Formats: sequence, C-alpha cells, structure tokens
Amino acid sequence: MTAAAPARAAGERPAAVKSRRIPRRILRWIQTIVLAAIGLIWLYPLLWVLSASFKDSLEIFASGLNLVPETWHPENYAVAWSEAGFSQYMLNSVVITTASIVLVVVRCATAGYVLARFHFRGRRVIVAVLVATMFIPTGLFIVPVVELSDLMGLLNTRTGLVLAMAGGGNVAAVLLYMGFFSRIPKELEEAAVIDGAGFLRTFFRVMLPLSGPVTATVVVLTFLGTWNNFFLPLVFTFSTPENRTLAVGMLAFQGTNSTDWAGLAAAASISLIPILVLFLLLQRHFVEGIAGAVKS
Amino acid sequence: MTEALASTPAPERSAPPPVPRSRPGGRRPGGRRSTLWIALFLAPTLILFTLYTVWPSLSSLYYSMLEWRGLGQDRSFTGLANFARLLTDDLFWASLGITLLIIVVTVPIRVGASLLLAIMLNDPRLPFAGLLRTAFFVPVVATTAIVGILMGFVLDPSSGPVNALRELVGLAPIDFLGSSDTALGSVMAVHVWKWLGVTLIYWLAALQTVPRELLEAAEIDGASSWQRLRHVTLPLLTPFTIIITVLTVVETMQIFDLVVTMTGGGPYFSTMVTEVYIYDTAFGEGRPDLGYASAIGVAFGVITVLLIALLTGLMSLARRRQEGHQ
Repeated sequence: MTAAAPARAAGERPAAVKSRRIPRRILRWIQTIVLAAIGLIWLYPLLWVLSASFKDSLEIFASGLNLVPETWHPENYAVAWSEAGFSQYMLNSVVITTASIVLVVVRCATAGYVLARFHFRGRRVIVAVLVATMFIPTGLFIVPVVELSDLMGLLNTRTGLVLAMAGGGNVAAVLLYMGFFSRIPKELEEAAVIDGAGFLRTFFRVMLPLSGPVTATVVVLTFLGTWNNFFLPLVFTFSTPENRTLAVGMLAFQGTNSTDWAGLAAAASISLIPILVLFLLLQRHFVEGIAGAVKS
Repeated sequence: MTEALASTPAPERSAPPPVPRSRPGGRRPGGRRSTLWIALFLAPTLILFTLYTVWPSLSSLYYSMLEWRGLGQDRSFTGLANFARLLTDDLFWASLGITLLIIVVTVPIRVGASLLLAIMLNDPRLPFAGLLRTAFFVPVVATTAIVGILMGFVLDPSSGPVNALRELVGLAPIDFLGSSDTALGSVMAVHVWKWLGVTLIYWLAALQTVPRELLEAAEIDGASSWQRLRHVTLPLLTPFTIIITVLTVVETMQIFDLVVTMTGGGPYFSTMVTEVYIYDTAFGEGRPDLGYASAIGVAFGVITVLLIALLTGLMSLARRRQEGHQ
C-alpha cells in the first residue's frame, strides 16, 4: 500500500512535483514563521510574569499586555529575596534537591548494577515488584508516608522530606541503570578483576564512570522531579515554615500578600530561573530523559 | 570467582567464553564476599522501597478500613464502612467525573496537537527547528505549583493580559477562575499549555524511528509531503499511539499541583478532582479523616489501574482490527 501511493501520485500530477522545487524553501520559512508566532504566544505568559517582576504593582495593573516596564524596579527582587524569605526557600530547595539527587543516583546505580549483572534468588521478584508499583497514584501513599515519617521523628524535617522523595518511586532510574549495565560487555569487568580489582573497585572505578550518560539523565530527571515537587514538601512543612521549598513558599507568600503582584512575580522568577537555566544548558538530557518513557 | 576469571586469557568478543554461563551479560556464581556486596548494594533501594512504597501501598488498604481522625489519634476498625460511605458520596463521584472529563477533553487535544507540531518540527531542514522546540518545552520544566499561582495573574479579570487582550478586541472581561462556569475550562487550558511539550517530546522520539531512507525513497518516487505523511509516516507511528496516550492519561490523573494552586478545587467544587479531594479529606481545613481519605485513595488507585488496562485493551483491539482491514 505504501508503495502504490507514490506511484499513483506521480502518474496524476507530474507537473506539481517539478514546480514545487523552488517554493519548498520558502514554504519552510513560512512554516518557521507560523511556528515562531505560536511559540511566542506559548512563552508569552512567562515573559509577562518576568516583565511584571520589574514593574511596580501599579504599573502591572495599568499596563495590560505591555512587556517592557516603563520604570525598572529591580528592588522587587531584593524584597522577595530577603524580606519574603525566598533566600531561605532557595537554600531549602537547593539542599533538598542536591541531597535527593545524590541519594537517588547512589541507590539506583548500585541496585541497577547488581540487578543487571548478577543472578541471584529473588532477582526477578524484585524487578517485578518495582515495575508493578510504577502506576500507583501519589494520593495512595501520602497518609502512610506522613505517618511513617511521624513515627520516625522525621516529619517536619528536611531529612524526612529527602527520604520520602528519594526513597519512594524512582523505579525508572533503577531500570535505566539496569538496562545500561546489562549491555556493558562482560570482558571489561573481567579485565578489572584480572587487574586485581575487587567488587567495590570494579563498580566505582570501571562501571560507574562508564555510566555517565545514564547518570546525566537520572540527575536531570531527579532534579526536575524534586525541584518541582509540591505535594510532599507541602505536607512536610505544615508546622515548619522555615523548611519550605520555593514552590510551597510561593503558595504561602500568595496567601499573605495576594495583592503584591510585583513581589509575587519577582519571587516566581527567582524560583523558576534556576530550573529554566539548567534546562537550557542541559536540554538534550532533559529531552532524552523524558523521551525514554516512549522508547522503552 | 577471582581465580576462575583470572584464568580467562584476555578474551575477545568473538572468542567463545571459557567459563560457561547461562545468559549473555549474566554472571557466574559469586563467592561469599560478592554475595555480601550484592546484599549491600541492594540494601538502600530495598529498605527505602519497602518503607516508602510497599508498606504505604499495603497499609493504605488497612487504613481504608479504619475510623481514624488524625495522626496520634485512636483508630478503630470499621470494616468496609468507608467504602459504603464512598458509594453514596456525591462529592467523590463528582470529583471522579471531573477527573475523567479533564482526561477526555485534554488528552486527545494534547496527543493530536503535539503530533501535528512534532511533524512540523521534525523536518530536518526547517530553519530554527531547535529553537522552536525549546519554546514548547519551557513550560514543561517550570514548576507546576508556581505556574498555577502565576496563572491566577495571567487570567485575572481586572488586569491580567488575557483579559487585556479581550478588552482590546471589545469583549467584556471574564473572571476565569472565580466563576464555576469557566474555572474548569481554564484549568484544562493551562494544563494543556503546561504539558503539551511532554507529548511533543514523545512524538518526536517516535518520529526518530521512521527511517529517513524510506521517506527519501518516497520523495524520489514523487510522493507529495502529504502523501509521504499519510502513507509512510503515520502508519509507522500508529504503534506509538497507545503508549503515548496511556502516558498522557497517567500524567493527567496527577493534576493535583495545578488545581490546588489555581483554584483549590473551587469555586463551588467545580474543579474538585479526586486527588485534591483526598488531600482535603486528610489534611484540609476540616477535621482530618485519614481512614476515609485512604479509602478514596484505594478506590482511585483501583480505578486508575482499571482505566489504564481498559484503555490499553481497547486501543490494541482497535489497532488489530485496523490492521485486519488493510
């Protein structure tokens, strides 16, 4: 069927094919312009917020669609950063995200390595249970996780929050490492053993350094998941406002200063700029990490 | 183990392995030391996974049969009473209906529109293709909760840009989030805006599997770009439709962050999705009702799994029937 169609087309409109040669490039430019217009509309809400962060509240109310501030007010950032407490929220987000990434990479790389390269009793059961839990919605976990953290004395602490975010789920990361390590030729490992490397050295000196691309993907996905997480940080900071992350801090700031649009816009920009900059720098890894779901 | 491997003379990939093994990439029986290491390497994941995934799943089942009014409070076993209450809880069924409505409306839009975009952006000779893709990816990485709060401004009736635009063309401003007629539609629109890029990434990944030679051959044969799309690209993409739709549905079930920050489930419960209802029941303004919240969670989990199974089944059935026709 796929072969028949082009033949029929060629028979019907031979002239059309020839005459299209020249305008094709122009057509592509039209396509680019249309897509660029859609893209600008797409980004407009975020650009509007960024511009609002440099206006004063009065100008935001009056300026409508205008993106360029009449007078610049960078002090909005200073207010959000120090007075509204976003320096503390930023610190919390950075500490919690970094700790989660380290924990996820270490535990998923070690587990993935062992599951990929060693055959032991219970291996298949572990993999099956891991995969089976991938689709369970967060709503089901939240009450027991809060209770567990409370029992361990970790509710309302940043440690408890990190454990809850990096401890649950992340099955995809284990599977990514598993898939990668199972494809590494056995000879590499054997060469390491011949050189006298033990289990630990083989892993840390040979295997882990090889897994760079997978680690990059896992780091980026964990960063995205942790930095943007809202449900768990919200529940874990009800009674400890000083532990709030940026997302939860934004909600609290909105609750108390719902009319301070300039401050809110500046606070939002402070919160979003780190992840957006990181995304622009590491776009390839972000895209590959997200696309991984389809490929597998 | 070390001795057995040490006797292996610098092996080539093609050389037959001197040590017999059961499967490629697999490993030889370990000594006692490596058994210890295996256990140690697995321990962090197994312990955390048990604590934060397995135990919560199982205990949710138990909690769903309790009358339990807050952490540290007494709890009593009430059997299936919570589930009986669920059956007659209008708010629960309404929340489920809203969740499903969001899926039914936004998933086809996301899957369809992003396929269209992906096809246009996949053209290797399109100028600035990379930059154009980035524009659609940016909302995906932005923190959902913050996006939700910001959309409160963007959709504000008195001075948000959307209503400023409406005023420019002579339309009356709309209180998008303040009215129960428009709040759900606004949440859906923002949801599509926020997550379209993810579905776009899925489709772009799927498009990479279409062999370029096949398209070039069709072009040489004189097929127009529409014909190449219709008869080469789309048939090859069909198998991906199922997985992409399922992934999109699963993401849509978890719309908590956006709804809480945009509307909190209001006005008049018009945007109360099931996840927000669970949260409200467990941690909301009223007296905590952890047993009932768990029951809703369990019911929602079961419905999610059933829905995904049903969807996967239906779509593969439709695909098989379509293939049968051709």
